Amino acid sequence: MIRLGIPSKGRLMAQTFDWFSDRGINLVRSESDREYAGHIEGIKNVQPIFLSASEIPRELSAGRLHFGVTGNDVIQEKLVLFNQLVKPISELGFGFADLIIAVPSFWVDVNTLDDLDDVSAQFRDKHGYRLRIATKYHRLLREFLMKAGVADYQIVDSQGATEGAVKNGLAEAIADITSTGNTLKANHLKILSDGLILKSQATLFKSLTPEFSQEENQVANLLLKKLSTLD
Amino acid sequence: MMTDLKDLSREAKKLAVVFEATGAEVVELNFLQISNVLLDLYGEDIRGRAFITNDPIYGEMMLRPDFTIPIVEQHMANSVSPARYTYCGKVFRRQEEFPDRPREFLQVGYEIFDGANPEKADAEVFSLVNEALNGFPVRIATGDIGILMAAVRSLSTTETRKKALLRHIWRPDRFRTLLNQFSGLSSKAQSIQDFEDYNKLLDKFQAIGSRKVQEIRERLQQIKFESETEPIDPEEVKILDELLSLKHRCPVALNHLEKLSKKMPGIDLTVDNFAKRLTFLEKNKIKVDLLDFEGSYGRTSMEYYDGFVFGFYSEIHTELAPVATGGRYDALTERMGRGKKIPAVGAVLRPDLTLLLRGNNND
Repeated sequence: MIRLGIPSKGRLMAQTFDWFSDRGINLVRSESDREYAGHIEGIKNVQPIFLSASEIPRELSAGRLHFGVTGNDVIQEKLVLFNQLVKPISELGFGFADLIIAVPSFWVDVNTLDDLDDVSAQFRDKHGYRLRIATKYHRLLREFLMKAGVADYQIVDSQGATEGAVKNGLAEAIADITSTGNTLKANHLKILSDGLILKSQATLFKSLTPEFSQEENQVANLLLKKLSTLD
Repeated sequence: MMTDLKDLSREAKKLAVVFEATGAEVVELNFLQISNVLLDLYGEDIRGRAFITNDPIYGEMMLRPDFTIPIVEQHMANSVSPARYTYCGKVFRRQEEFPDRPREFLQVGYEIFDGANPEKADAEVFSLVNEALNGFPVRIATGDIGILMAAVRSLSTTETRKKALLRHIWRPDRFRTLLNQFSGLSSKAQSIQDFEDYNKLLDKFQAIGSRKVQEIRERLQQIKFESETEPIDPEEVKILDELLSLKHRCPVALNHLEKLSKKMPGIDLTVDNFAKRLTFLEKNKIKVDLLDFEGSYGRTSMEYYDGFVFGFYSEIHTELAPVATGGRYDALTERMGRGKKIPAVGAVLRPDLTLLLRGNNND
């Protein structure tokens, strides 16, 4: 049995359903839409597993899922050496989001990472603590800023409503995903011109962890063949 | 490769003999360190290298990623009188990029807190490490961050620029970017053209967060001032570049440095110190004629060395981490000493790696 991880909520789930059905595979949730269970029509021996998109990376890396749909932002944040654990099969063309660094719009003196680094040093001197950047993408942000040579900042964990963190006094800047930038604007923030950490979209990943049995291999190949051809 | 833990602790004891024979105080330190101390020093980057855990009272704590910081902390809390310490214990490192590297390994170390004769202390630490590694096939690299810092301090430019360069001395790429900007070789990614416009723009947006409008106005002023300041003299940049690319045996390097110091008198003192250190090393029977000196050495390591730096590397397993590293960290004691300071130098050995090298010798 091939286990296929599907996002369990919202637009990401609906668009995933559409994407699969365009390729002749129908994902069917069980009668009660409160129950996270279902089945697949159009291919045998594939079991859909409904999970939060943020948990799919972990399940893929553990090999409990053979395939899964999630954003490459969460894959890269949650899986160290992700390309040794999962293989992207197909970008699905929705769920677009950019992981970016944003600062208050009224920081007219700050437009680049260079500026951010300079301001971080000044901020620490003046305020006695390191400039706070709110995010849930700790690892991606840290690696990005390390490569850019930005120092004297600190990461503050923010699992939601991150765009409000500056106004609410929790941070001086943020790193978060954005698609239109409207939420940023509404929260008086702007994106640094070279502050794009990662471009993300919904992607079908294959786990490189489990040993596929001969039968599972056949099912997987059939699944991939079907998915590569639009109806 | 599995190493027998008993072999490992026997190896550590063997290496420690050299340090203990000096009469240095043997110290034991806690595994758990309060995160803030390490974060304040290394910044967020340390989170990628250290194991983090949580204490219900103290909050975030880290498994010690090295000994130097806790030793400095302990020494500065107790006294600033001269002391010699030696220790043997495990340090812990997260491995994200290199999963094959060990997460915990032993370090045998030696630290001198003594300002009476820093160059003599430098030579003492180096010579002890050299003695402990006697007979191992190792390549030795040395350098001196102090000379580099003195060169930056002696540039004829603004304090702001010098401060920015010094802040990034341990990040060579960023250092280069700034140096290019300050010397007019590259322009800033975005330059601020009309300052009146920026000040007007400032009033258009809502001020949020703890960075105040006044801070922004001040920085705009400063950027304006910077844009009107003469670039760093290309001649001075050339001297800095010569210094950074210097790579010779120590006596030849000294010769070059003495020539450079005629053009850049600000590095005089540090070059003299280098010469003094060589004399002490020779007294300790170190063959300085064969010892390499690199102007850039030590810039990518842990960012607290600010003087003499050295590393011992396996000649056979060039992919291995250094078998021993050490250096001077005067500024660290000042930063952690809350007003007190004392010159300090130290080094650590890796028994797991020496054991590995021994294995190769027996083959």
